[in-house]
Amino acid sequence: MKTQHEVEQFLYRQAELLDSKRWQDWIDLFARDGVYWMPADPAQKHWDGVPSIFAEDRNLMTVRMGRVLHPDAWSQRPLWGTNHVVSNVVIQKTSRNGDLEVRSRFHMMELRRDDVRHFAGSYSHHLVKTKKGYRIKLQRVDMTNAQAAYDYVLQVWV
Amino acid sequence: MLQERIADLSKCVEPDRVRREVYTEPQIFELEMQRIHERVWIYCGHESQVAKPGDYYTVQVGRQPMLMVRGPDGSVSILYNRCPHRGNMMCGDRHGNAGEFFRCSYHAWTFHHDGRLRSIPMMESGYSGTRWGPDNPDCSMKRAARVESYRGFVFASLARDGPSLTEFLGASRVAFDDMCDRAPGGEVEIVPNCFRVIQHSNWKIFLENQLDALHPSVVHQSTGRAARDVEKAIEKKTGRAPLSYHMLSAFATVTIDKWDVFQTFNHPHGHCILGGYMGLRPKDPDTLAYEKIMQKAYGKQRAEQILGVNIHHVLIYPGLSVQSPLQQLRAVRPLGVDRTLTEIWHFRLKGAPEAIYRRSLAYYNLVNSPATLINADDLENFWKCHQGLSSDGGDWVTFGRHYGRDIEKDGMVETAPNCGTSEAPMRNQMKAWVQYMRG
Repeated sequence: MKTQHEVEQFLYRQAELLDSKRWQDWIDLFARDGVYWMPADPAQKHWDGVPSIFAEDRNLMTVRMGRVLHPDAWSQRPLWGTNHVVSNVVIQKTSRNGDLEVRSRFHMMELRRDDVRHFAGSYSHHLVKTKKGYRIKLQRVDMTNAQAAYDYVLQVWV
Repeated sequence: MLQERIADLSKCVEPDRVRREVYTEPQIFELEMQRIHERVWIYCGHESQVAKPGDYYTVQVGRQPMLMVRGPDGSVSILYNRCPHRGNMMCGDRHGNAGEFFRCSYHAWTFHHDGRLRSIPMMESGYSGTRWGPDNPDCSMKRAARVESYRGFVFASLARDGPSLTEFLGASRVAFDDMCDRAPGGEVEIVPNCFRVIQHSNWKIFLENQLDALHPSVVHQSTGRAARDVEKAIEKKTGRAPLSYHMLSAFATVTIDKWDVFQTFNHPHGHCILGGYMGLRPKDPDTLAYEKIMQKAYGKQRAEQILGVNIHHVLIYPGLSVQSPLQQLRAVRPLGVDRTLTEIWHFRLKGAPEAIYRRSLAYYNLVNSPATLINADDLENFWKCHQGLSSDGGDWVTFGRHYGRDIEKDGMVETAPNCGTSEAPMRNQMKAWVQYMRG
């Protein structure tokens, strides 16, 4: 019960950091070698060497953050915001060293200018336990609408 | 009415400016579909997309939903995605395998992979004595008027007459030659994934941006700078940053005043070529190993010739942008006057080491995925362009940069030395547009 509660709190905090645009704090939730991955195809098993919508280590995350914070990131200028809801949190596997495999579902509503878009799907988190709490070794995002044509593109992580 | 406002379409285009209606008027869009996209050679796909008999892929040619399909004899056909009986769409999925024949989901008429009628349920009792049956061509799926492929890249034209594919492509063939020649096996194969992004702007705005050498340092400054910062930090730590950082930081390190150095080459039919600027021939172990394999395959001299080709983009008007040294392309499918779909594909060089595939894959993911660090800012500008052009704030789009300084020779227009940001590619595209639209 305690682990379940801790994991849920962790996922809620991650969503909150995205919605409040605290990019560096969000990146810091990842382990040093952590990876954020959104596969192009749900059948893909591993992030390395395949077409991916996102496949970012901390360095690439830092590029993305630097871009969105730059005053001339034109696509960042209009009114833009997101709202995540995370739920259905299930711990699928607990390793002896405390590592966890966690699955959850998310729904993200995004406002851009006057338009609202919805994205939904599942997260698979591989979490490692550190002195500072959990850190993400791999976050896999399987977005249900990832395979449909994109009306406009994704600006930051989902 | 369009006729009242624009009696003569050619008056919409002057050598260095274009009326805004060319981008925003639905009736002009319809005419463009008839006179350009449903007449000239349009890229349908690569043969390796439909590797096995029965494999099909849907593709839009102009306004026409078509199918690219592989037959049992190995041939590739382009068919209208429509049953001749009651007009039902034949394949509802984007791609798949039809099995031994197409079967309509409505009344079970079946067709061979080349579109010929195969069977109609209870044909004898239902159709004897009528004019409907296998001998009537109207009972077969309609085929594209012409289909040709060049080095595995399949094009269709919906018009019976016109130049052959190779004549049409002309110098822009270098897009496919450069891409395929870079494979030690001389061929590429598809990476089975298509990124699809819809832009809220006219199709021509995208094409004009492809060879606009001035925009990167303005539009992509944010990503270029951010990538350069991280690249420097990695270099400091490990000595060498992956080439993917360089691909992004080049947008910022090549500053606005430097872009005039690069050249564009503008050919008949609206095709344009932009010279390379990213320096994609580093001296790292992966590249050197690849170059050795190339030398073995082609001989030293020929390999050097191939690897020395320095191209950034080739634009094949009116619907394809090819980045041959990175083995990717973007096919442009106009959906409406203000909606454009881009379909983005990546190819693998047959016989090249995995590291070379991964290098271009990094570019495909970072620049061309739906979470792109680059095109996001382009799309914002395209949308704003289309919005601005829809207003009565002005009648013209201007293409005046370095106008009058371009050099005409051997039937093509080349930008003058140190005039690489010339708007010659846009002028060239509009010249072709007028020729096509005159009908």
